Amino acid sequence: MLEIKNLKKKYDNDYVLKDISFKVEKGDIISIIGPSGCGKTTLLRCLNFLNDSDQGQLIFDEETYDMANINKKEINEIRKKTGFVFQNYNLFLNKTALQNVTEGLIIARKMAKEEAIKIGEEMLNKVGLLDRKDYYPSQLSGGQQQRIAIARALALNPEIIYFDEPTSALDPELIGEVLEVIRQLALEKRTMIIVSHEMHFVKNISTKVIFMEDGLIVEEGGPEDIFDNPKEKRTKEFLESYRR
Amino acid sequence: MINCFKMFSMDSRLLEIFLNSFTRILIPGLLVTIPLTIVAFFLAMIIAVVVAIIRFANIKILKDICRFYVWIIRGTPLLVQLFFAYYGLPKLGITWTSPFICAVLVFAFNEGAYASETIRGSLNSVSEGQIEAGYCVGMSYLQIMWRIVLPQALRAAFPSLMNGLIGMVKDTSLASNITVTEMFFVTRTIVTTTYEPLLLYLEVALIYLLFSSILSKVQTVIEKKLNAQVGK
Repeated sequence: MLEIKNLKKKYDNDYVLKDISFKVEKGDIISIIGPSGCGKTTLLRCLNFLNDSDQGQLIFDEETYDMANINKKEINEIRKKTGFVFQNYNLFLNKTALQNVTEGLIIARKMAKEEAIKIGEEMLNKVGLLDRKDYYPSQLSGGQQQRIAIARALALNPEIIYFDEPTSALDPELIGEVLEVIRQLALEKRTMIIVSHEMHFVKNISTKVIFMEDGLIVEEGGPEDIFDNPKEKRTKEFLESYRR
Repeated sequence: MINCFKMFSMDSRLLEIFLNSFTRILIPGLLVTIPLTIVAFFLAMIIAVVVAIIRFANIKILKDICRFYVWIIRGTPLLVQLFFAYYGLPKLGITWTSPFICAVLVFAFNEGAYASETIRGSLNSVSEGQIEAGYCVGMSYLQIMWRIVLPQALRAAFPSLMNGLIGMVKDTSLASNITVTEMFFVTRTIVTTTYEPLLLYLEVALIYLLFSSILSKVQTVIEKKLNAQVGK
């Protein structure tokens, strides 16, 4: 469904992504783990063209795109098929919960308002926040804001959803409610790529785990392979630092 | 102090001048000062939003023109700008049908430059992440600016913009210098016939204070409403 070939990205003269390639099949839940600064977030942002890339091919539904030379129209084509959930939620602060979810439908997709509201309410219900639909982000907890951000991504019915450290900005007691929503999506066989530091969650939910370090994919495999029998020394060391 | 109080309360001639001139000053206030301020401020806001967005979005060439405009306006006195436009520009063939129109434009361009900086600062204060989120749900740059960023920026800039409006009410007195018959112009005329500068300048000051106070009150009311709109 989605394939990345030889993705490279540099800041100034330092490569933060040095030749990344991987494949995503429909229904895959791929988790990307690795130490801070290893390029996980940059990788995800490159996939949605929030950062530009210096080299690489993106193949989406048999369509091939040159990541370093892509035009606005192509970017929009890809973004239509993807959803993005940010670490800091990034809800529109001047819009209510429901408006946050319907904004893309009404403004970008030109959907009729009534229909958009119907979908919006359905999505808020799914993340358990229909009763908060008229609240503004400033009136909601971090966990609630992130769940609304997930509803916003879901509303556009993307083929794949990217999660960029969705619980990293949350207080520990709020992490559970967000992970629970993502777990629900996993049960629905949604295709997802998740950058996360929640190792226990990652191990339970993923169909595939990618361990990255220093702009490279060091090791990838099923969650049991990576967590219980890592082949690479660096993967072992990284996971051990989490157990301590 | 007591003498001063006596002077105003006991002297019926002064009381009569005060009362007679009150409507004579207030009427041009309502008919000239207020319309001048409202029209100029409205135009200033349009100029400010356009200039701020051009500079925020970093549009080539246009942003340099805007920066030049802000530089010139902020670097020269308002009174000089008024004189330059009213007495200077006709030498270049730009003539004014009335000093009022000239004053409106000078005040609009003057306030527009200052307000554009205020709005630009507020645009920068809206988190970049919201713009990215807008892209991710498929919105275009203009849609994001218009629906997400600008409303938040204007809300944040509102107190400073009201500051500018109140400042402008008082600055319109400068227009008396280019023969606009606003409150201060009329007051000066009355002073030349009654020789009561103390009383009359105090009186016109009080009327300016009244206008400013009303605007301050309006500001408080609108601010409450704006905050309610984002749930604060």
